[in-house]
Amino acid sequence: MNANATSVTWTAIGPLTDIPRQGARCVKNGAMTIAIFRTSDDRVFALEDKCPHKNGPLSQGIVHDGCVTCPLHNWVISLETGSAQGADEGQTATFPIKLEGGTVFLGL
Amino acid sequence: MSKQRLVIIGNGMAPGRMLEHLFDLTDAYEVTIFNAEPRVNYDRIMLSPVLSGEKSYADIIIHGEGWYEEHGITLHKGEKVVTIDRVERKVTSDKGTVVSYDKLVIATGSNPFIIPVPGHTLPGVLAYRDLDDTEGMIAASAKGGHAVVIGGGLLGLEAAAGLKMRGMDVTVLHLMPSLMERQLDEAAGYLLQKELEGRGIKVKCRANTKAILGTDKVEGVELEDGTVLPADLVVMAVGIRPNAGIAKDAGLEVNRGIVTDATMKTSDPDIYSVGECTEVGGMVYGLVAPLYDMAKIAAHALAGEATAGFKHQETPTKLKVTGVSLYSVGDFGEGEGREDIVLRDAARGSYKRVILQDNKIIGVVLYGDVADGGWYNEMLKAGKDVSEMRETLIFGQAHQGGGSFDPVAAAAALPDDAEICGCNGICKGTIVQAINDKGLSSLSEVRTHTKASASCGTCANSVENLIKAVLGDAFQQKAEGMCGCTPLGHGEVRRVIKAKELKSIPAVMQELEWSTPEGCAKCRPALNYYLISDWPGEYEDHQQSRFINERVHANIQKDGTYSVVPRMFGGLTTVEELRAIADVAEKYEIPTIKVTGGQRIDLLGVKKEDLLDVWSDLGDAGMISGAAYSKGLRTVKTCVGKEWCRFGTQDSTGLGVKLEKLLWGSWSPAKLKLAVTGCPRNCAESTCKDIGIICVDSGYQIVYGGAAGLHIQGTTELGTVKTEEEVLEVVGALTQMYREQGFYLERIYKWADRVGYDHIKSVILDNLEERRAYYERFLFSQKFAQVDPWAEFVSGKHAHEFHPMADLKLEAAE
Ligand code: SRM
Ligand SMILES: Cc1cc2nc3c(=O)[nH]c(=O)nc-3n(C[C@H](O)[C@H](O)[C@H](O)COP(=O)(O)OP(=O)(O)OC[C@H]3O[C@@H](n4cnc5c(N)ncnc54)[C@H](O)[C@@H]3O)c2cc1C
Ligand code: SF4
Ligand code: FES
Repeated sequence: MNANATSVTWTAIGPLTDIPRQGARCVKNGAMTIAIFRTSDDRVFALEDKCPHKNGPLSQGIVHDGCVTCPLHNWVISLETGSAQGADEGQTATFPIKLEGGTVFLGL
Repeated sequence: MSKQRLVIIGNGMAPGRMLEHLFDLTDAYEVTIFNAEPRVNYDRIMLSPVLSGEKSYADIIIHGEGWYEEHGITLHKGEKVVTIDRVERKVTSDKGTVVSYDKLVIATGSNPFIIPVPGHTLPGVLAYRDLDDTEGMIAASAKGGHAVVIGGGLLGLEAAAGLKMRGMDVTVLHLMPSLMERQLDEAAGYLLQKELEGRGIKVKCRANTKAILGTDKVEGVELEDGTVLPADLVVMAVGIRPNAGIAKDAGLEVNRGIVTDATMKTSDPDIYSVGECTEVGGMVYGLVAPLYDMAKIAAHALAGEATAGFKHQETPTKLKVTGVSLYSVGDFGEGEGREDIVLRDAARGSYKRVILQDNKIIGVVLYGDVADGGWYNEMLKAGKDVSEMRETLIFGQAHQGGGSFDPVAAAAALPDDAEICGCNGICKGTIVQAINDKGLSSLSEVRTHTKASASCGTCANSVENLIKAVLGDAFQQKAEGMCGCTPLGHGEVRRVIKAKELKSIPAVMQELEWSTPEGCAKCRPALNYYLISDWPGEYEDHQQSRFINERVHANIQKDGTYSVVPRMFGGLTTVEELRAIADVAEKYEIPTIKVTGGQRIDLLGVKKEDLLDVWSDLGDAGMISGAAYSKGLRTVKTCVGKEWCRFGTQDSTGLGVKLEKLLWGSWSPAKLKLAVTGCPRNCAESTCKDIGIICVDSGYQIVYGGAAGLHIQGTTELGTVKTEEEVLEVVGALTQMYREQGFYLERIYKWADRVGYDHIKSVILDNLEERRAYYERFLFSQKFAQVDPWAEFVSGKHAHEFHPMADLKLEAAE
């Protein structure tokens, strides 16, 4: 899903430490909300805050092993690919992230 | 033929074992033992669990009084041998007892080394060697205060952990740059240090003690760098020296220890030496495994039987600090021609290092994941060439043979003397025999009959594989694991959390070998609950392991908004509360206001960004969270009762309010709903609640185990009590018992079905002492639980939850 490198605009969205480990924060981009996840080993991922099932807010789910479990009906979504795991099918949009000197940049 | 006289100096672990072998081989000797300690033979290794309170002295006795009688042994307790007369062949004790010998065994062990810094003789400075030292530490810890442990080796750290568990403020001083440097390399030493610090033990490496301060007792410790630490107790655990003084005085050959040949014979053919005081093959030892070898060899020599003689073997080291897993064996220094293979798994806090020379393992250091220690050690001992598995060696036994590792087949292939349960020293052979002889078919049966996996429980998987290997299909599968991350069921997990005092989610996962690094949305909330319930005041709630409703203290709705339910104690409300609710609904444009089935008001459709303000306004009106989302106390429904109702027998509304005030804030395995009804007409529906009270003329009937959701079930009676105070105590105790035993998401009726209604009644209603104890534990835990989360959030806790991190369109506009 990553946009191709040349067309990406990087925007600083804040320090890594603003996001709880095994948690998420939201970034508003007009009408769209993007969920920024931080794993326990400090990897950061960005997904649209919308579950492919019934649009549940993924940012509110439990983060584990590179996935998030949706708070509404427990679908498990991969943070890296945005795809539903297991028997469920569906995919959420992902966005590139880079970390520079403790600051998180979101690529749009 | 009259018996030969065997005299033994010292009554420690080595000669104790020697005598067991000797009596198996011959009854040719009449035995006399002198022991400077005033007691029978006990397991010195287990002093650490005695110190920490996990065991008592009685638990660690190896040979009780009866054993000495049975074997006709004369034991001189509290008598120290001061001279050995080799010409007359007799020994003399400090109390003047003189005994002649035909054969003499010296087993005087070691002396703890005390650094002769100024102040080292002050009262309050202890070594760590025997029961007296241990009891001294326990007595000192009863007064609390500061303990300083000098020495960050095996003994020092076990002492530190024990003193910490006894509630002292503990600092470990270690001269070297990293802990246990003789057994661990720096990386593992660092992980260990972090673990100990995580438990609140302070560790100072490169700390050189200059003086112990104090006038008539210890008051502090001064370091070379000028730092002064307060101390009410100082434990010196800096090393041991073989106790060879009397042997030397008697003119025996003594080097570092009493020199013997491979049959444990000293330079005098009638005198043997075993244990830590002995030097054999140029080595002295400080762990029991080689001492037990010495004991066996000496017994054979005394019985006139030949053996292959003592051969040096590497002994693995483990640290007996509950919850810390480390394993080290062999040589891990850097050196010419040595190769290192290292595997770190930061997420699991594990570290493995195998040191090779000429394609053979010469040393192993494991921290965290120690399951393969025995396997590596077997290869080390056998001098096996490992070049074939060089690539996969570090991943352990499970990864050999092309990944198709079958743990059951591996269990079947183990030799009979392979140790399965390290805590209780149970070998495969013993377990297999028990399964076959007693017809056992489940883990719990094997545990009861053999003690395997009964202590720390980390070997439960291995035991189970062994049962499978023996029984094949006849094996009774135990309760399903709590989720895909572990084969262990909730009961097993709860048991081990208590037994091993695991106090964090990563610790549980590490210790119980979770198959995923971070668990899943099923097990994390369960573990978080177990830890909160088991360690009130100690465990810090892990927000990220809670379901969103509990994390933000409001119920998420299908459109991502939230519902807010303030508490109305016992269903009672006031003009001010109603007005505040109305104001809030108006101010934040809350679309729906509904009366719930739990006698209170639900505000539905609140935006997450507004939650803090809504709570703040409700808080100003004196309302707290109703916890309509919690696996914890929800509501206490009441009817109007005696105050108004023509049939009411007691103040059901008032009692409901009191119960809700007592119980609010508590977390439980599943939601907990109560009701108090004023007479058996039961308008508050007490008979379908988790716990219900039915007021009657003569008092209060307490019922429990009802449900009216997915499953409809009437309650079962617990009993009737006379006063409101008793109701509060019984309900508090019942709640606590459920909190301590319930499995996550198991409602009270399921728990009661599992453990038995009669059993619960016998504990909570009939046994006043147990009831009281449960109730007190409940009150203690409530001290930490009754914090209104809304107020906490309003005052700034977890503020990040409620605001976006950035608003890109806004920023662009600025
Ligand atoms: C609000 C309320 C309905 C109402 O409008 O009246 C309600 C709402 C919900 N109930 Fe309920 N239950 C409500 C009273 C009840 C009652 C009646 C009672 O408590 O007297 C029952 C039956 C009694 C019982 O619990 O046995 C009830 C049995 C359930 C069940 C089935 C539980 C079971 O073990 O069988 C669930 C599902 C669950 O918990 O897994 C449930 C779950 C829910 C959830 C939490 C569903 C969810 O997961 O989102 C609903 C949350 C709504 C919200 O956002 O506020 N609710 N629910 C009631 C809130 C009471 C309160 O003030 O706290
Ligand atoms: C706290 C602690 C934890 C330990 N943990 C472990 C562990 O986990 N694993 C492990 O392998 N090892 C451990 N050890 C070491 C192990 O306990 C010893 O190696 C073992 O007990 C030594 O046995 P021994 O028979 O040589 O001497 P000891 O058990 O020390 O017995 C010597 C006895 O001789 C008596 N004695 C001395 N001189 C005289 C005399 N002149 N006359 C009469 N009696 C005398 C002493 O009072 C003493 O009772 C630990 C030790 C301690 C203190
Ligand atoms: S059940 Fe009893 S107390 Fe309750 S309202 Fe009816 S009569 Fe009154
Ligand atoms: S909306 Fe995410 S699981 Fe249904």
